[in-house]
Amino acid sequence: MSASPKIFEDFPSDGWLSRFVDWIADWGKLVLDTLEAVGDFVLFVYRAVIWLFSRFPKMETLWPNFYSVGVSSLPVVALTGTFIGMVLAVQGYFQFRQLGLETRLGGVINLTLVRELGPVLAATMLAGRVGSSMAAELGTMRVTEQIDALAAMGANPIQYLVVPRFLACLLLIPVLTIMADYMGMMGGYFYSVQILSVDSHHYWYNSAQFVTNFDLFAGLFKSLFFGSAIAMISCYQGFHCSAGAEGVGRAATASFVYSFVAILALDLMLGIALDAVYFTIYPEGGRTL
Amino acid sequence: MMIESILSQEQPLVEVRDLSIEFYGQTVLRDINLSIPAGQTLVLLGESGCGKTVLMKTLIGLIKPTRGRVIFDGLDLHTLSDQELSRLRLRFGFVFQNAALFDSMSIAQNLAFPMRQHGDFSTAQIQELVSARLAEVGLPKTVLRKKPAELSGGMRKRVGLARALIMNPEVILYDEPTTGLDPIMTDVINQLIIRTRRRGPVTSVIVTHAMETARRVPDRVVMLYPISRLDPHEPQIVYDGPPGELDQCRDRRVRQFVNGEAGQRLMELVGDNEG
Repeated sequence: MSASPKIFEDFPSDGWLSRFVDWIADWGKLVLDTLEAVGDFVLFVYRAVIWLFSRFPKMETLWPNFYSVGVSSLPVVALTGTFIGMVLAVQGYFQFRQLGLETRLGGVINLTLVRELGPVLAATMLAGRVGSSMAAELGTMRVTEQIDALAAMGANPIQYLVVPRFLACLLLIPVLTIMADYMGMMGGYFYSVQILSVDSHHYWYNSAQFVTNFDLFAGLFKSLFFGSAIAMISCYQGFHCSAGAEGVGRAATASFVYSFVAILALDLMLGIALDAVYFTIYPEGGRTL
Repeated sequence: MMIESILSQEQPLVEVRDLSIEFYGQTVLRDINLSIPAGQTLVLLGESGCGKTVLMKTLIGLIKPTRGRVIFDGLDLHTLSDQELSRLRLRFGFVFQNAALFDSMSIAQNLAFPMRQHGDFSTAQIQELVSARLAEVGLPKTVLRKKPAELSGGMRKRVGLARALIMNPEVILYDEPTTGLDPIMTDVINQLIIRTRRRGPVTSVIVTHAMETARRVPDRVVMLYPISRLDPHEPQIVYDGPPGELDQCRDRRVRQFVNGEAGQRLMELVGDNEG
């Protein structure tokens, strides 16, 4: 393990006291390293925001990122959304049928999709498909000195590489979320109505009763935070990639893991905050089956 | 007053003052002082890992010093904002060791990049300058449509040189421009560097460990020695003088490098293996 600080050098090299000092030193180092990494990340985000407002990126740098984040991600988001909708129908149907409430299935599936699964699923797909790719691409640029070359030619790498990716994720994740919501609804409808023979009219009637504009807003609002977090985490990992193929691979993996953790943590915090907003606006709110 | 006046008139274009750089607690450069007057061609010589490239990247603000300052034309680089530094870097050209061409762009886009990024140039002007610079480094126009991966190492280095020259910079920094090239291509690159200097007033800093380049190209040679092999109070610059006097230098470390002798290093390896 790491060496103890100098002030402890007089301590005996073995025994419980020495091990305890090492243990404290290791934890101290971990805390300091974590604080340094968090501070570094915050500064990275700050610089990206400053560049976003000081000089808008050129369209030639925006379009490829918009295409990669938006157009290329649509099929996979649509496909996974469809399956999630059907899975919800499969899992929910037998529980609801025992209570004779199978026509309420539409409300539960669609509310779950719009409020939670649609945004989280679209964000997870974005983190896996686009975030890792961004980290690997920027990481390769870092280790082959292409990022240094950009800076040496007077282009700011954050303005040139990070801001367009951030904008693409921020502006297009709501679109992907709407696609995930829509295809999930279609999948849920197809399985419930076409396969499980739930009454179509009541399926949609209950959906309309359950899902409000606020739910749709809440899902899309959350997705903006997810998209921002994915872009920033992935770009940061790429920019701070260590040398070699192993470093690039590690950056790609880390970008997905940290993005996924961030998505879930943000989902929880924003869920609590949005519920508080909902009950402030609608004090009598709260849905019942 | 008179001395101050003379000093201000001869103010160097690039000045490094008491520069120290550490990475993760490990010192790479220690108390480096270096003045480079405008128009000088300087070679930074030294064995791998002695901090030559780190020093050069510090000259353009790509690496921040742990201590000390880098002053370019009277401006302390590390007090400038991102925007100010970006503008200042337009006065530099940087030839990277492996060219650092952008993979996703064609050679034409790579060459045009600095102009598109900053200059108010028309498409016709860009095409004209790109063709001219490409011709200067002896490459045919057919490479313009190709991607960097389709070119040989020597061609990539020449494209890197053409890209560094495209904005007519005041200072050109070359990071190991001949490493990994065959003797003929090494001579081509050396000649291109000499020709660039003759073409107009330019200050050049060349990082290399190729003695051929160090003898033929510069006005001045500065040799760095790795910190790990120095005593705490020994200076890291072990030679600073004209290239013609390198062979007469009596410093054992300089002689060993110039003559390419393993000497004590071989004994260390044997000792390590036996240990």
